[in-house]
Amino acid sequence: MASTAPTDYPGHDASAALGERLRQAAAERTPLRIVGGDTRHFYGRPVEGETLSTAEHHGITFYDPVELVVSVRAGTPLTELEAALAEHGQMLGFEPPRFGEASTVGGMIATGLSGPRRPWAGAVRDFVLGIRLINHEGIEQRFGGQVMKNVAGYDLSRLMVGAQGSLGVIGEVSLKVIPRPLTTQSLRLELPLADARQRLAEWGREPLPISAAAWLDGALHLRLEGGPSSVAATRERIGGDDLDNAWWDALRDLALPFFSADDARPLWRLSLPHRAPDLGLAEIDDTAMLHDWAGAQRWLRAELDSEALREACREAGGHATCYGPRVAGVEPFTPLSAVLMKYHRNLKAELDPHGIFNPGRLYADL
Amino acid sequence: MNILYDERLDGPLPNRDPAEVQADLARHLPDMTLLHREEDMRPFECDGLSVYRALPMLVALPDTLDQVRTLLARCHALGVPVVTRGAGTGLSAGSLPLEQGVLLVLSRFARILEIDPEARIARVQPGVRNLAISEAAAPYGLYYAPDPSSQIACSIGGNVAENAGGVHCLKYGLTVHNVIQAQVLTIEGETLTLGSDALDAPGFDLMALFTGSEGMLGVVTEITVKLLPKPETAKVLMASFDDVEKAGLAVGDIIEAGIIPGGLEMMDKLAIQAAEDFVKAGYPVGAEAILLCELDGVEADVDDDCARVRRVLEAAGATEVRQARDEAERARFWAGRKNAFPAVGRMSPDYYCMDGTIPRRALPRVLTGIAELSERYGLRVANVFHAGDGNMHPLILFDANREGELDVAEALGGEILELCVAVGGTITGEHGVGREKINQMCAQFRPDELATFRAAKAAFDPAELLNPGKNIPTPARCSEFKTIKQAADAPATSEQG
Repeated sequence: MASTAPTDYPGHDASAALGERLRQAAAERTPLRIVGGDTRHFYGRPVEGETLSTAEHHGITFYDPVELVVSVRAGTPLTELEAALAEHGQMLGFEPPRFGEASTVGGMIATGLSGPRRPWAGAVRDFVLGIRLINHEGIEQRFGGQVMKNVAGYDLSRLMVGAQGSLGVIGEVSLKVIPRPLTTQSLRLELPLADARQRLAEWGREPLPISAAAWLDGALHLRLEGGPSSVAATRERIGGDDLDNAWWDALRDLALPFFSADDARPLWRLSLPHRAPDLGLAEIDDTAMLHDWAGAQRWLRAELDSEALREACREAGGHATCYGPRVAGVEPFTPLSAVLMKYHRNLKAELDPHGIFNPGRLYADL
Repeated sequence: MNILYDERLDGPLPNRDPAEVQADLARHLPDMTLLHREEDMRPFECDGLSVYRALPMLVALPDTLDQVRTLLARCHALGVPVVTRGAGTGLSAGSLPLEQGVLLVLSRFARILEIDPEARIARVQPGVRNLAISEAAAPYGLYYAPDPSSQIACSIGGNVAENAGGVHCLKYGLTVHNVIQAQVLTIEGETLTLGSDALDAPGFDLMALFTGSEGMLGVVTEITVKLLPKPETAKVLMASFDDVEKAGLAVGDIIEAGIIPGGLEMMDKLAIQAAEDFVKAGYPVGAEAILLCELDGVEADVDDDCARVRRVLEAAGATEVRQARDEAERARFWAGRKNAFPAVGRMSPDYYCMDGTIPRRALPRVLTGIAELSERYGLRVANVFHAGDGNMHPLILFDANREGELDVAEALGGEILELCVAVGGTITGEHGVGREKINQMCAQFRPDELATFRAAKAAFDPAELLNPGKNIPTPARCSEFKTIKQAADAPATSEQG
């Protein structure tokens, strides 16, 4: 049995110390800035508060490749987790980005960001099975669990994904893992954007083994994954030039030249229905954008009127996030409707009555 | 402990005069169907768990969204509880009516609003049947993946409320993985858009929070689901075993080999016999267990995988491995599994279906435990099991007309669920807590964890008017449950002493 006992991985349980810090912070109404490796500080609004690090709370506490389940503490570096899974021929299906060696599991859950495989495999939240949440009273609570299906109580585990740590401290998470594909083959096809869209729309209705599709600089980049037979057959049918599989890692981590820090213009992430047409804004040249996720995630570098951009995205059925550099007067995340905001505030007030968890990170009054 | 709403344990309910509520609603909603006579309301007294019945104060059958909005706003103003119901096929009494509440039936919202093959989505009203979505998408080579056994009848709104699963969950996910957007009405009558037509939405993931929330946070009025391209091919292997434990271990071996089957189901001897008698699926009567393993995808890969799975099954000690020769035989193999519940129903006047989920490694221990409990309580149990994802459906056979036998079945069921929790599992994988498993929630969660659930509820429905008494037990109920458990355990201990 390939089951891995808890002691097989190094780690440290700091949940009691974290709980104590939270009780103090709650008693003194001290806002906390929660960090793991602090590699995602650029994402969201700046938090003013005492730094609470989860880095000491680390280690894989359970991993059974046969069950397809891993449980891991928030402070565990993402690289450590992924290396442990790779040893057993498994991986995180949502391909989370790393923004440095220090990127942790806690940050991955709190920001909820997924990589190139997302449209085909699912997002972070789709792989979350359970969570240990350290609440405003410093008590570690278990929601969900280590089983594939669990509908007991409300789904608070998935609620924490992308909540930016504003509803509690993520102590530990249980994730579904999947086998690594038998074969991976990446391709590059010279194609105008419109043609690439057309092809992707046609392929999307067929059961092809595509696991990533991004258009950049006049070329469609594709990744095929699956059994050797189907990958070879699809490779044959689609044509194009071979592409280094590492290209996707660079895309995942926003490390392609497109994302270069030398470019001082703000970086925008547009999340749109994949078939959404050009936004039709005069300031934007759609062919200057990076179209990932088969068109559902588009990256844009531009100085422009953020409200006009957001309105155009809203009309197209999506939203826009500013990845910085921070610009005065521009919210990182698309503001919510008044009624949705009301229920966000209610939820925040219920789960964080003292306002200690990353206040203001998501929105000014959350 | 009585399963019907008990104000002593579940909290006081507003006690409005039915005639006044009826008059108020009739005044504000003159065109809406509102049932109040006992004979008209009788068909709505239970859902798929028909041993629990209660007659609602009124049954509302709105036709328009405006009517739903007005109804909720009036009930909010009057302080009248609202229980929402879809097709009524739920198995956990999640839409069991309240005598002091209005039953809001959404079955008239049965229109498919849009199938967009380019976007690969379907936008539907909550009363649309699960299978109707796949049927409407079929001309485009697309389908909706979650397929609960009740998919012919169950509604997509109910699927969202319960986070319904099915036999293809391991590979294709539950409802929560396949719904991208929902329109929701709050108890105050406000409209919320949850999720997005894009792959994510700003703010908290309320789409996930509402999925499986059993109608306790809001009323879902429109749903957008993801459609998937139909796999090029699907093939089924059926393996027979002379030992249940060997079958359980074979499941792990398949997954360890890096294969994620489209479906991986297990049935024990009693379930095999029942299914074979009922649908003549061609099952090996006499085997202790069978595994059904469906592999789907691109033809060439599926053929490779079938060969690999066959080797794994043979190495795991299968006495026979058969691959369905054609589509007709594949359909027959599945018909046996999908009809397992009614098939078992033919063997016994009544059956009670459990829904615990366990880590697969605990399967031998849990099956042994169930066999012991079955003997101790004197009731037969047939096991049907979504083996790939660890979701068990033990079916307890009983006769409700025999004095006290329902109580015995409930007690046996409760112990099976507590066994699931003890091995690291959960009391419900896909059927929901509803009213049925309200006591076992006290075994699965600590009081402080239940308090956090109540806090989440309070953010959306502080007056607790939406489906009160379901899903999350009160502290009073849990302390009573624990007292009764201790009293039941105590004599056993003293006998031993």
